[in-house]
Order: sequence, then structure tokens, then C-alpha cells
Amino acid sequence: MQFFLEVLIGGLLSGVMYALVALGFVLIYKASGVFNFAQGAMVFFAALTFVGVMELGVPFGFALIITFAAMVLLGVVTEKVVLRPLVNQPQITLFMATIGLTFFIEGLAQGMWGASVRGLEIPGVQDEPIAWAMDNWGIGISKFDLFAAVVSAVLVSVLAVFFNKTRTGRALRAVADDHQAALAIGIPLQNIWRIVWAVSGFVALVAGLMWGARNGVQFALTFVALKALPVLIIGGFESVAGAIVGGLIIGAAEKLGEVYIGPMVGGGIEGWFPYVMALLFLLVRPEGLFGEKHIDRV
Amino acid sequence: MLYREAGQFKASYSEDQQIFPIRQDRIAVAAIIAFFYLVVPFVASQYWLQAILIPVLIFSLAAIGLNILTGYAGQLSLGSAAFMAVGAFAAYNFMLRVPGMPVLAAFILGGLCAALVGIAFGLPSLRIKGFYLAVATLAAQFFIVWALTKFSWFSNNSSSGVITAQQVEIFGYAFISPEAKYLLTLAVVTVLALAAKNMVRSSIGRSWMAIRDMDVAAEVIGFRPMQTKLSAFAISSFYCGVAGALYAYTYLGTVEPEGFNLDLSFRILFMIIIGGVGSILGSFLGAAFIVLLPIFLNVSMHLLGGWVPQGLASNLELIVFGGLIIFFLIVEPHGLARLWQIGKEKLRLWPFPH
Repeated sequence: MQFFLEVLIGGLLSGVMYALVALGFVLIYKASGVFNFAQGAMVFFAALTFVGVMELGVPFGFALIITFAAMVLLGVVTEKVVLRPLVNQPQITLFMATIGLTFFIEGLAQGMWGASVRGLEIPGVQDEPIAWAMDNWGIGISKFDLFAAVVSAVLVSVLAVFFNKTRTGRALRAVADDHQAALAIGIPLQNIWRIVWAVSGFVALVAGLMWGARNGVQFALTFVALKALPVLIIGGFESVAGAIVGGLIIGAAEKLGEVYIGPMVGGGIEGWFPYVMALLFLLVRPEGLFGEKHIDRV
Repeated sequence: MLYREAGQFKASYSEDQQIFPIRQDRIAVAAIIAFFYLVVPFVASQYWLQAILIPVLIFSLAAIGLNILTGYAGQLSLGSAAFMAVGAFAAYNFMLRVPGMPVLAAFILGGLCAALVGIAFGLPSLRIKGFYLAVATLAAQFFIVWALTKFSWFSNNSSSGVITAQQVEIFGYAFISPEAKYLLTLAVVTVLALAAKNMVRSSIGRSWMAIRDMDVAAEVIGFRPMQTKLSAFAISSFYCGVAGALYAYTYLGTVEPEGFNLDLSFRILFMIIIGGVGSILGSFLGAAFIVLLPIFLNVSMHLLGGWVPQGLASNLELIVFGGLIIFFLIVEPHGLARLWQIGKEKLRLWPFPH
């Protein structure tokens, strides 16, 4: 039982990390209907830029600001150069454009900062079990995982406040609901898209820091996006809450599956298990847990 | 002026319904096919045959497969490389385990195995649509590659799933030289491409397009979504499977499951996007473009000499590749096939404006 709990908690905490990446997808999909495959590359770009700036001798907080500025710039340029000319194209074209963008950003990031693997330390947080939980319950919970979970919780609440309480946030939700209606009442669509891309750049930065600190800053960070896709399926593409819940489900299921089902088929199943699970899930609920239900009309 | 169909009257239905109704088209297609069969093997160098023409043909076949599914039936798929892997490994196992197996039959059986797997992973398409389906096809991608690596039976117990294709032999003639392999590939691709061209303009192709354009409406007027979608998955996977078998037997010779990764799936997707979604010609143009682009970039980097540092060169390649894809999508979202179409229209009237 203790072992089960430990696996479950570890899974849930790593699920939070997946949710962090999935969040970036959801933000852009909600506001512009673009399935932004480049989110993984953006995470990589953010982490690499941050480490690169740190290596130049810039202090932590300042590097954070510079990287954030770089991410905003990236988002704004993307909106202007890639998305604006493609307005009104079918979704698959936009999706393909973001795959092109993925290659571009990956090349750009490595061209600027080099391709070597780097470590990233977040001051004061180590990847070690919390002694207190170990002593009292006999369950190993990584300090780092817990920290990541807290950061994600803070991020989600900040985003929730931003979406629900600020003027810009309301405009964002209006655009997400109906582009045309939002335009008609005078919401500047392009500004909104720029803001969304900047915000998702910020989410990518947070995700990049967390994943970079956990796995090292390396090219493999771009594959994190692939981990986030089943999360999106289960949670639904349009829902922030779905991204979180989906992340928790996927994280827990992945770890439990690896431990309990893995040995039966020879291990190494974490690459596809979430996908197959998401697939089975879709058979029951085709629009995900919190996604909008589509009603087809002829 | 260069291109005029005036004066060509159709006196019967069969004339009206033939695959290339315009005489110039027929002559041009026949000339192109004759050129590739009769001239190319004699003039092309080994490098051209091995490194460019054979892969272009094979990827064209895979692109046709994906185009049937995505371009004609409207089901976005990100797992085409996995279906290629199924084709390659199935063909290998048929050759290995069935004594006296003719190689062409092994290719076809490989394709059929891929078709079965395609149907299995196509089942969710009955319930889910759009990007949800695209992500669902990723399940096929990861699961199949994992299974082929994990269960060593598929690769006859070789380490990490590497298989070496047996020698290709038809009626006692061994296909060893690049020319022979090229001709074999070309023959398979010609037959399947013509079949695809015919399929998409027959009733099955029209039912795919009806489902693509609006599946609910198609269902209402009497198309069966299940048969239509699953047939698209099956035939698409069959093409990908045969392409995979050719990939192993005439192109690389030695393949491993990891070679059929997500990157390859994306490349095939790029081919149909750049070539033209919903066009057989586009599949060929796109495949040629995507195979030639890295070679071209490489050569041009080389010409720039020591100016570009080694580490930067590969990243520059990524940047240019990504940038070009975005550029193409912005300039011509319907791909090279559409450009060709526009060029043809212009040539019909040239030099007059109307």
C-alpha cells in the first residue's frame, strides 16, 4: 500500500509537470483555434535562453526577465510573421505551420546557444526526498516535485485571476468564444493574439525552467510536448482545468502502468501507454473531460 | 498556346471518362513514364539512383498513401511511418518464414498487414475528429515502434530490432545493381500510383471526398461512414506498408524500428502539404521537394565553404527547412500541385490574357 501511494504521488506530481506544458497548448488553442505544435520547442527555447543568459554571468532574477522578454518577442513575431498571413486558412494548415515553426525555433535556439547539455539549478530546491514525509509515513516525495507542483498551482491561479478578473482576460475569453462577435464589439483581435502568444511564452518559460531543472537543458526537452498531447486529449483542448486534471490522470496512470502493467509486457511502455489510454478514453468521451461538445449540423 | 484541347470531341462515355481525357496529357504522361523507364537507368549515376531517385519514388508512394487518408478522406494522421514499419517488418517475416516466398507477394502481404493494423487504429476515427484523431494516431506511431523493438520475434531475434532485407529475386533474376532496384521500385510505384489515380476518381474516391467535406451530410445522403473511413485507413496503410517494404528492400537494405520514428511521419506529412493535399501529382512533387531540399541545402552550405561553422550548419538547415515550410504555406497553401495547375491554366491562354 505504501509503495502504491508512493508511486501514485510521484505520478501525480509529475503529472503536474505535464499539465504545465499542456497549459501552453490550451491557451493558444482557446484564443485562436491554433493547435500550436511548437509549444515543446518554445519550452526548449526558453530553457536554453535562460541557461545561456545565466552563463553570461547575469543573476537569476534578471535572467528570468530577459528570457521572458525574449519569449514575448518570439510570440509577437510569430503572430505577425506566421499567423497573420494565415488567417482564415484551415486548421490543418495552421497546424503544419506550427510544425515548421518547431523546426525553426529548435534550429534558432541551438544555433544561438549551442547544442550541449546543460544543468539548471533552481536555488534552494534539490531533487531529494522530503525527510519529514519519509519519517512519518515512509513515503518518498521529492522536494523538487513538490516545488514544481506548487509553482504550477500558483501559475494556474494567476492565470485564472488574469482570465476572470482583468479587462484583457475578459477580452481573451470573448475572443475564444466567438472571433466575429468579439471583433464586432471592438476587441482588437491581433492584440489579443499577441497577448495570448506572450502568455503562452511565459508558461513555456515556467515549464522550461521546471523541466530543465529536472532533466537538464537538452534537445530532449522538445519531446515534452509529445507527453503533453495525451493530457490534452483527456482534458479537452479548450479547458485550463482539463489540462490540470488530465495531467494528473496521465501522470498517475503512466507511473502506475509502468510499475504494475510494465513487467507483464517487458517494460518501456511509458512512451505509448498514455496515448493508448487517451485513445480508450476518447471512445467514451470524444471531446475530452472538459472540452466543448460539438454539435454537428447539416 | 502550348496547351490546347480545342477540337478534341468525346464521342462515347468511355472516352469522356478515361484517366487523362486530353490528348496532350496522355502524350506527356506516356513520355514521362517512358523517360523514367528507358532513359533514366542509363544516364543517371549510381548516386542519383541510390540516394535520390529511389527514395523519392518510395516516399511518393507513402505520400500517396497519406494523401488518400488525409487529402481525400480528411482524416489527419501522424502515424504513417509506423505503417511503413509494419509493411517492412511483415514483408521481412514473410520472406524469412515462408520458404519460396515470391518477393512481390511478400510486399503485397506486407501491405495487407499494414492495412489490417491501419483498420485497427482507424477505428477511433468513427468517434473522434480533427486534432483529437491526429493525436490518437500518434498512439499507433509510438505503440508500433515500441512493439517492433520489444518483441524480438518480429526481427528474428536480432539486437534492437535491426533487420537486414533478404536479396530481392524475381524469376531467378537478382536485383542487386542500383539500376535494377530502381526499375523494380519504379514498376511498383507506377502500378500503385495509377491505381490510386483511378481509385480517387471512382465511387470509392468520391465517397472519401464526401466524408472529408462534411461527414454528417455525407451520412445523411447515404454514405456509410464506417466503411468509407475504414476503407480509407486500410488503403492508405496498404500504400504506406508497401512503401515501407520497398524502403527496406530496395532503398536501405537494413532498417530498424527506430528509423520509422515520428520524424519520418512528419516528413511524409510535409510532403503532402508542400506537394498539395488531395492530389496524386502533388505527392510526387512534395516527395521530390522534401528529399531534395536537405541535399540542396547541404550542397549550398558546402559551396559557401568554411564560411559557415560546422555546428551552425545543421542548425541553419533546421531553420531554413522550418522557414521554407512556413513560407510555402503562406504563399501557396494548396501546394506545388496547385502551382502546376495555375501554370497550366496560364499556358492554355498564353499569349492572350483571356
